[in-house]
Amino acid sequence: MRTDDLIAMLAAGASRVEPGASSRRLRRALVWGMPCAALLMAVFLGVRPDLREAVLLPMFWLKLLFPVSVAALSFALAQRLSRPGVRMGRLPGALGSIFIALWLFGAAALGLAAPSERGEMLLGESWNSCPFNIALLSLPLFATAMWAMKGLAPTRLSMAGAAAGLLAGAAGAAVYALHCPEMQAPFLGIWYVAGMLIPTAAGALAGPKLLRW
Amino acid sequence: MTIHSHMKEEHLRELMVRGLGGDQAAYAAFLKELSTHLRAFFRRRLVRLPDEVEDLVQETLLAVHNQRHTYERDQPLTAWVHAIARYKLIDMLRRRANHEALNDPLDDEPGVLAHSDTEAVDAQRDVARLLEQLPDRHRLPILYVKLNGLSVAEAAHATGMSESAIKIGVHRGFKALAALIRSGK
Repeated sequence: MRTDDLIAMLAAGASRVEPGASSRRLRRALVWGMPCAALLMAVFLGVRPDLREAVLLPMFWLKLLFPVSVAALSFALAQRLSRPGVRMGRLPGALGSIFIALWLFGAAALGLAAPSERGEMLLGESWNSCPFNIALLSLPLFATAMWAMKGLAPTRLSMAGAAAGLLAGAAGAAVYALHCPEMQAPFLGIWYVAGMLIPTAAGALAGPKLLRW
Repeated sequence: MTIHSHMKEEHLRELMVRGLGGDQAAYAAFLKELSTHLRAFFRRRLVRLPDEVEDLVQETLLAVHNQRHTYERDQPLTAWVHAIARYKLIDMLRRRANHEALNDPLDDEPGVLAHSDTEAVDAQRDVARLLEQLPDRHRLPILYVKLNGLSVAEAAHATGMSESAIKIGVHRGFKALAALIRSGK
């Protein structure tokens, strides 16, 4: 077919396009993925029984603030990576500084604690299940975010997959925080981060296959 | 950015934004101008593969069309188009590399050399397959008039359809093809 005919054909079918498609699609992914994650958590893990007392503690909110802020930034990053020719800007640096802040906070808490308490602060009661539960809760959002991205136009597929995976992991961790009884920053700095990195790595690996267009 | 390319960017962006607003004439003008830039872009990068240039121009135009919802009005158009063209170029080279790893490219098939220079503007990939999905009353007018270059009268004679039916068939066929492309084939 001649290129001019292709153009005539494409233009003949061109209807109005609403702006804001990439953020709309990713927002829809959140709207579908988050309730599924919450449901998974409520059914298989259960909300922590002492939630009413826990909400009075600053550490409870910090534990929520960390994954929520990572999710917010990776949402913005995923949006940018879904559109051709848009730079990541300062987002990777901002994301990195959230992790560094948490680690500094955790290191300070460890430094101030008595040596005998440090093992407990690092491992808590649930270190061996925490990362896998977070990865499990990230699954619904991982699927919806990948689907959302597939309908857009990422050109750096590993990066885009990783951003979608991090979004899913961070949102999964935020939901998991409502179940998890751990209240120590060093624990978050290791096991929550590990839990978020599982879907991030999966996204980076799957991106080039799943997100091609 | 030079003044010249700045003006070009502004001009193309205005056409594209009007196209996104539903102005089909502006959109056609945008695609038309874009195709010349794309052709030059790919030709510079595919000196050894001149036969791939036009296919790639068409694939990129299709991609620009199908992904136009990812362009936001406040974004530099050049960067957006460039990223898509680059993505399609790399994709094609990777596909070729995979293909050639599996098949000896100059296997004993005479067709490879026989077809090298026939009309570089004709790209057959995909579109022929799409065309097959149309009913005869749309497919034949496009085939005869647009692909084979017959006049409307000649096509009417060849198909036994009336001239107005040919014209309508071309028009509706284009719309149907566009709908097929939009729905992802």
